[in-house]
Amino acid sequence: MVLLKLTLRSLWNRRATVLLTIVAIAISVALLLGVNYIRKEAKISFLSTISGTDLVVGARSGSIQLLLYSVFRIGNATNNISWKSYQELAANPLIDWTIPLSLGDSHRGYRVLGTNQDYFRYYRFADKRPLELAQGQVFAGAFDTVLGAEVARQLGYKLGDKIVIAHGTSEVSTALHADKPFTVTGILKPTGTPLDRTVHITLEGLEAVHLDWVAGTKVNGYNLSAEQALQKNLQPKLITAFLVGLKSRTAAFRVQREINDYKREPLLAILPGVALADLWQALNMFETVLRIISAFVVVAGLVGMLTTILSTLNERRREMAILRAVGAHPYHILVLFILETLVLTLIGCLLGMFLAYLLVWGARPWVLAEYGFYLRTWLPDLDSFNLLALVTGFGALLSLLPGIIAYRRSLQDGLTIRT
Amino acid sequence: MNVIELNELQFRWANQPKNTLALPELSLAQGEHLFIRGSSGSGKTTLLNLLAGILLPTSGHLQVLGQDITQLSTAARDRFRADHLGIIFQQFNLLPYLSVLDNVTLPCKFSKRRQQQAGQLAATALQLLEQLGLAQINPSTAITQLSVGQQQRVAVARALIGKPELIIADEPTSALDADTRDSFLKLLFNQAEAQGSTLIFVSHDPSIAQHFPRSLDLQQVNQVWFC
Ligand SMILES: Nc1ncnc2c1ncn2[C@@H]1O[C@H](COP(=O)(O)OP(=O)(O)OP(=O)(O)O)[C@@H](O)[C@H]1O
Ligand SMILES: [Mg+2]
Repeated sequence: MVLLKLTLRSLWNRRATVLLTIVAIAISVALLLGVNYIRKEAKISFLSTISGTDLVVGARSGSIQLLLYSVFRIGNATNNISWKSYQELAANPLIDWTIPLSLGDSHRGYRVLGTNQDYFRYYRFADKRPLELAQGQVFAGAFDTVLGAEVARQLGYKLGDKIVIAHGTSEVSTALHADKPFTVTGILKPTGTPLDRTVHITLEGLEAVHLDWVAGTKVNGYNLSAEQALQKNLQPKLITAFLVGLKSRTAAFRVQREINDYKREPLLAILPGVALADLWQALNMFETVLRIISAFVVVAGLVGMLTTILSTLNERRREMAILRAVGAHPYHILVLFILETLVLTLIGCLLGMFLAYLLVWGARPWVLAEYGFYLRTWLPDLDSFNLLALVTGFGALLSLLPGIIAYRRSLQDGLTIRT
Repeated sequence: MNVIELNELQFRWANQPKNTLALPELSLAQGEHLFIRGSSGSGKTTLLNLLAGILLPTSGHLQVLGQDITQLSTAARDRFRADHLGIIFQQFNLLPYLSVLDNVTLPCKFSKRRQQQAGQLAATALQLLEQLGLAQINPSTAITQLSVGQQQRVAVARALIGKPELIIADEPTSALDADTRDSFLKLLFNQAEAQGSTLIFVSHDPSIAQHFPRSLDLQQVNQVWFC
C-alpha cells in the first residue's frame, strides 16, 4: 500500500513526462485495438454482404473484380452482357431466379444500380435476411427510385424528392441526365452493406436516360423528353452482371460450368462464397501486415516508457537511499519500479481503449465511404482484454530492467547518497 | 545493554584492494551520545552503513541494541533498521514528491513498531515539527519550498518519529552556516534526550565535538591508517 502510494506520488511529481509516456502507450494501444477491431468487423461485414445467391455472373474478368463491382460497388466492369444472352441463360430450368444488375452511373458520389423488382424479392444478406423498406414502396414506374439508407440519410432525401443521375461514376460528374429526373418512392432500412450506399433505379429508367446518348456523350440536337422516352422501347440491350439463385444448390457447379462455357460471349460465373473467401484472403495479407505494424508500435511505446524510466534512474538514486534508510528492503525498490510501469501501462491501456473508441467512431464515415461497410461502436471484448493483458505483462517484464538496476544500486549505495 | 558493541571489526569493499575499516573495539552505552570525526574518505559513511545493517562486516563482531546484526537475514536487518534506527543524511533527506507531513511519517509506513510508538501519526508528527521550530510551516507544503535548514529539521523529525533507540546522523550540518548549525544541534540533542534515543553523529568538522559528551577520531582508532 505504501509502495503504491509512493509510486503514484512519484509519478504525479513527474507528471509532464509521465503524461507523454502514457499518451505514447495509449496511441499504440488504440492502434492495436482499432486494427484488431476493424479486421473483425470487416470480416463480418464482408461475409454478410451477400447470402442466398448461388452464382454471380458477369463478363469474363477476374473473379474478385466481378465480386467487387457487382456486390461491393467498387471499380467498374470491363465489359457487359447482352440482354439476349442473359435471357437465354436465365431460362435454364435449374435456375430459380435471377437479378439483373446494370451499373455505370452515379448520383452525387453514390453508385446507381439499374435492376428490377426481383432485386427486392430475392436479394438476401447476412443470415439470409431480405431487404426491407423503411418508408414507401418498391419502384413501379420507370422513373422511380429506391434509395439505400445511407444515401437517404446523408443527402437528406425523403419520399417524393426528385433526383438527377450523373453519367459515369466519377465523384464530380458534370454530365447530368438532368432532363429525366427520378422520383424517390422508397427508402430501404439499413443493412450494413454497400446496399445502403446504392441508388436503385429500374432498368427501363436507366435505358431511357441513355436513349439520347451514344458512347458516353450526349448526341447533339437529339433531345428526348421523359415522356417521349417512355414511348420508346425501353428494354435494355446490355446489363453489367446478374445474380442467380438455383432451385438446388447442388447444381451450382454444373450451372457455373455451363455459363463459363457459354459460346455466344465470354462470361464468368463465380460462387460468391468462394470469391468472398478469396477476397478475404487477399485482404488478410494486408491485415497481417497491419497487425505486425501495430504490434511494433506497441513495443515502441513500451520501449519509450522504458527509456524514460531508465533516464530517471540516476536522479532517483537519492530517493532509493532515503527509502533504504527508513527501512525499505531492496525488494521494495524493485516492486516500486514494477508498480510504476504497471500504473503507466494500465492508464495507457485505459486511455488507449478510449482512443480506440474515438478512432473507430471517427473512422466510421470514412470506412463506410471507402470500403462500404459500417463499423459498429467499439466496445471492449475478451479479445481486447487479452491483448491489453499481453501489453501490460510485457510492460511489467520490461520494468524488471530498471527495477533490477535500481535494486542492485540500492544494495551497493546503501546510505551513501550519490547524485 | 549497550547500544553498540563492536569487536575486531574489519570491512573491505568488494572492489577495493585493502580494508576501509579495522576497528579493534568500540562500545556505546544508552544515552551516551557519540561524535565521530574523520576527514573525507576516512570511512565514516561506511561505518554508519555497517551500524545500520546495510553492509555486513567482512570479519569481526558487531552488536546493535544487543542484536548480533551478522546473524540476521537481509530482510530482518531491514526490518531491524526500520524499527530501531532513525537516519539523517548530509543533504537531500526528503522525498521530493511527498509533503512535509508524509516525509516525517514515512518510517512508520515501514515499521509497525514505530507506528505504534508514534501513536496518532499526524498529531505526533506535528508535535515534533513544532518542537523543532517548524510550527509556522504548513505540513502539507511541498518540501521543495523549504530552506535547506528547514529541510534538515524535517529530516530530524523523521528520524525521531516513533522513538527509535538509535539516531544516526551523517554530516547533517555540513550545508548549514555556523549559527543554524548550532541551533540545529541543540534541537537534535534536546529531542533525542527527550525521547531517550542515543545519537551517533559523524562529521569532518572538529568544532562539533564540543557539543558531545564523547567524541572519537576515526583516523586514530581505525587501524588501516597505520598499516
Ligand atoms: N560503494 C562503494 N564501493 C567501493 N568503495 C567504496 C564505496 N563507498 C565508499 N567506498 C570507499 O570507502 C572509503 C570510505 O568512503 P566513505 O564514503 O565511508 O568516506 P566518508 O568518510 O564518508 O567520506 P565523506 O566525508 O566524503 O563522506 C573511500 O575510500 C571510498 O572510496
Ligand atoms: Mg560520507
